[in-house]
Amino acid sequence: MRLLGYIVRRLIQMVPVLIGITLMAFLFVKFLPGDPILILTGGKASPATVAALRAKFGLDQPLYIQYLFFLRNAIRGDLGTSILQRDPVVDIVVERIAPSAFLIAYGSLIAILLTIPFSIISAMRADQPIDHGIRIGGMVTFAMPSFWLGLLLMLLFGLKLKLFPISGWGEGFLGHLKYLFMPSLVIGVYLAPMLIQSLRSSLLEIMQAEYIEAARAKGLSPLRVMLKHVLRNALIPTVTILAVNIGWLIGGSVVIETVFSIPGLGLLLVRSVNYRDYPTIQGLTLVFGVLVMSVNLLADLSYAIIDPRVVYE
Amino acid sequence: MAETENITVISSVTHQGWLYKLRSWPFSLKMGIVIVGLVALLGILAPLLTPYDPIAQDYTSALLPPSVQHPFGTDNIGRDLFARVLYGARIDLQIGLITTYIPLLYGLALGAIAGYVGGWFDTLLMRLVDVAIAFPFLVLIIVILAILGPGIQNMYIAVFAVAWTMYARLARADMLVIREQEYMLAARALGFGPLRIVFRHALPNLLAPSLVFSMSDIVLNILLASSLSFLGMGVQPPAPEWGAIVADGRDFLLQAWWITSLPGIAIVITGLGFSLIGDGLSRLLGQRYIQTV
Repeated sequence: MRLLGYIVRRLIQMVPVLIGITLMAFLFVKFLPGDPILILTGGKASPATVAALRAKFGLDQPLYIQYLFFLRNAIRGDLGTSILQRDPVVDIVVERIAPSAFLIAYGSLIAILLTIPFSIISAMRADQPIDHGIRIGGMVTFAMPSFWLGLLLMLLFGLKLKLFPISGWGEGFLGHLKYLFMPSLVIGVYLAPMLIQSLRSSLLEIMQAEYIEAARAKGLSPLRVMLKHVLRNALIPTVTILAVNIGWLIGGSVVIETVFSIPGLGLLLVRSVNYRDYPTIQGLTLVFGVLVMSVNLLADLSYAIIDPRVVYE
Repeated sequence: MAETENITVISSVTHQGWLYKLRSWPFSLKMGIVIVGLVALLGILAPLLTPYDPIAQDYTSALLPPSVQHPFGTDNIGRDLFARVLYGARIDLQIGLITTYIPLLYGLALGAIAGYVGGWFDTLLMRLVDVAIAFPFLVLIIVILAILGPGIQNMYIAVFAVAWTMYARLARADMLVIREQEYMLAARALGFGPLRIVFRHALPNLLAPSLVFSMSDIVLNILLASSLSFLGMGVQPPAPEWGAIVADGRDFLLQAWWITSLPGIAIVITGLGFSLIGDGLSRLLGQRYIQTV
């Protein structure tokens, strides 16, 4: 019951954020220089035609009415028409969600696979040279520009060794796995240092717990204690950190998608900005905002469900 | 004269002296300061270190590999890359510092005031922060740049519009804790106004966590600026921004690996320097200041 109350409260908290996100997307177009109707008619139409067009698009209404129209249309799935492709923005955006989602999920998976061994070594050898080495290695990868690392991987594994394709996202699940390996590796390497520091400190904290002492007293080997008892309990906060960084990951994927020409949301954003396709940019703003907000909500809820000790306040 | 001398002696006993403190600084802090200092020095002394102009084109020496004459090689229009990377230090350090510390100043102030006075100001500010962090940072900056147009000036405006939110959140959360402490009560009991209390009594105590965080933030902002330049939305050619140089080499990866590889190393070294300073500061100031890496 308390969980249900928490979920309801959390949903209510999202309302102002959702209003803010939609307001941002709406105002984006209003901030653009130039009068859209004059641009549309090329300044050649008579005042009567201009007034008629203004009325047709609802631009003669007060701003808050225009905002409500925008909201109504957005809920109906109408985000206008792309200037570049002459297709509905919703269609263009929806078909690009899958490559981006695959890339982010794949990158997160690689990050977790890198995180677990490194943080276990770091925690078991805390404050010893190997721990410092892992930390400094993390600082180095944290400072690497993702487009730079991407281009170097492309040069070495794509162009020289010809192990992986250098652009696109392939056909079918296995094709995606192969085509998106290098871009996902960049995301993984970029994300792993933060996860390693977080998992290392929760591992160290849990290693102090009495039940770990008990497991050790039973005569279990240190590695076994680590894997079976400590790691399980330490993983939860790390998964949350992963979710909190989803916004950051999406930002990073914009750059990676451009480097590897992956037909996702990020590449669409960059292309739309370059070609001034404002309706598409507006639609993407809305989609990105709602996406990040939903992932954060899911993370909070799953955290509350997985860990019964979470206080719902 | 005698009096000031006495005071110096006393303070050096009680505070154990400035030099003593320096010696007890964590190794990573010292190392980080050396690296960042060196990068800054290379940028400042660039005209003495290389005879080449970072934007002068010379088609007779295009795409030359690294050599004694051109330590980092040349790009497709014959510009010396060593000169470009050296002068790039000026641009990237300047961007890193400006995009971090200007938002830090007013973000901290706004967050501290919100935490202290509460009420509608607090609610409004925090809703703004919520909306700002609901978007991926880079996406928000790109969208603002879509309105304003590309360029370094507009990049500053876009970052100033968004980046303060993190510091406001940090400062507000700390302020809620500090507000109830005794020295704050004492200041209030003395009849000081809220502005004086916030800026003179609370802010100095809010500064430390933000300062630690700002080191990771500089790294992220340099990465942000170079990413934007790479996408063609940030620093415009022919300015030798590091990310822009990496982008220049994109079409010549196989013929001229040096164009893309070497400026990236400059970014990594600079970022490592700031991360080390952040690591050292968090050790120096105590465990409660967590940093990103």
